[in-house]
Amino acid sequence: MADLSVYARLARAQVRGQLSYRGSFAMNILAQALAQASDLAAILIVFGRVASLGGFDFHAVLLLYALSGMSFGLADLSVGSIERLPTYIRTGSFDVVLMRPLATLFQLFVSDFQLRRIGRVITALGTLVYVLSTSDIHWSPAKVLLLVLTPLAGATIFGSIFVAANSVSFWFVDARELANTVTYGGSYLTSYPITVFSGWLRTLLGYIVPGAFVAYYPALTLLDHADPLGAPTWFGWLDAPVTVLTALVAGLLWRTAVRHYRGTGS
Amino acid sequence: MCAVIGCYLRITLAGFHRFSTYRQAVVAGTATNIVFGLIKVGILTAVYVARDGAPIGGYDLTTTITYVWLGQGLLGVVDFWGDDELAERIRSGDVVVDLSRPWNLQAALLCGDLGRAGFGLVARFIPQLALGALFFPFRWPGDPWVVWPAFLISTACAVLVSFHIRFLLHLTSFWLLDSRGVINLYRIVGATLAGLEVPLSYFPDWAQAVLVFTPFPAMLQDPINVFVQVGSLPLTLAHQLLWVALLAAAGRLLLDGAVRKVVVQGG
Repeated sequence: MADLSVYARLARAQVRGQLSYRGSFAMNILAQALAQASDLAAILIVFGRVASLGGFDFHAVLLLYALSGMSFGLADLSVGSIERLPTYIRTGSFDVVLMRPLATLFQLFVSDFQLRRIGRVITALGTLVYVLSTSDIHWSPAKVLLLVLTPLAGATIFGSIFVAANSVSFWFVDARELANTVTYGGSYLTSYPITVFSGWLRTLLGYIVPGAFVAYYPALTLLDHADPLGAPTWFGWLDAPVTVLTALVAGLLWRTAVRHYRGTGS
Repeated sequence: MCAVIGCYLRITLAGFHRFSTYRQAVVAGTATNIVFGLIKVGILTAVYVARDGAPIGGYDLTTTITYVWLGQGLLGVVDFWGDDELAERIRSGDVVVDLSRPWNLQAALLCGDLGRAGFGLVARFIPQLALGALFFPFRWPGDPWVVWPAFLISTACAVLVSFHIRFLLHLTSFWLLDSRGVINLYRIVGATLAGLEVPLSYFPDWAQAVLVFTPFPAMLQDPINVFVQVGSLPLTLAHQLLWVALLAAAGRLLLDGAVRKVVVQGG
């Protein structure tokens, strides 16, 4: 508990610093919101040319995009600063992280907490509100629960992907870009129906990295849409167990990676 | 005169050499480009499935897949994102050292960037092109003796436009002090407007009409259009050359203005 308040104070200090350059901060939030919106623009442009994509209409794809965007945005906001890990390892400052009597992972989460990343969440939330107000979903208490659960589960999945992918930096110095393939690549892919992709790409980013459970299956359940790939409708509820499993794997990978760390010898 | 040219030539070679040192980064960058390329191929193929193969603005499925791999390869040559080096040096004041050297700062930085682009052409563009051509339906230029030289010129123009936009944005640090917001904004909007995510011919007509009056298509969509022979070749090259000239002149003017403003305190 005492640890938690330390993390909160560290994050607050970061935010205070960022707010001291107001103009730049506003610009940065706008940039993040636009970064998320550029994927939305691509969807809008594509649907200017087609009526459906991979068996899904405009509203269904927008729902996928909104759920995926919320998940990725929340994950990026809370654990995205782990992307600085390669720099810490290269410069040797990860040694300092190990010396402190706090969990290594959580130190990294707050070490460079960037409030501007909330810009992504804002765009995705706006889209979600629009989709929910314009499409006719047959609401039930279970579906409301699923709707609340999905971004949280998705954020945990993406957070685990961030941690697992960046753990590779302990072995390869230049792993940041490789990590991007599953983090940003995952965010890009999960905004579209998984039916669009084929072969090993679908297997890798949909199931091994469980991107299909971020938005695709929950959206099918919410919309009462039959899965063109044949999965039963309750698949959307697999979210929770998949999330726990992903987080466990990421945690184990992180522990192994940290044990492997030998410092740069500085 | 020869000594001066030799100096810029060495800067160009140094730029090439600097980036060729990071082999792991090349592999990681290529792997990332491939995965994003595969995602794009999936989405855009689904577009043609939904349209029963009907082309969009001169782009059929094969042309679109060729566009994806050309774009993913050009990304490593044109470099939309760049680094923060110049902006940081302006903020910290170190830029005074750069300005006092017996060179033209704009030309020197451009040479370094051309070296980087040259390395990108060999290490990033050619492998992506080979991958696309080997494993996917690919549209080779029908008129190779015209198209290949034109494509090289067009790519060079794309690098020049990209460099000058980044140069101008970094120079705003002289007035804004912290130009990261502006630079980040450009990094996000620039690539999409240049046609990285979806070909510009998919855009609504009004958006295409507006984009013609901006330098964005000159950085990616123009060289790709030259390669796949969509649109008028002379008009495309003219559009690019016009923007190269305008942006280079703007960079020159802005740098002169900034130099007049700089005050060196102490030493």
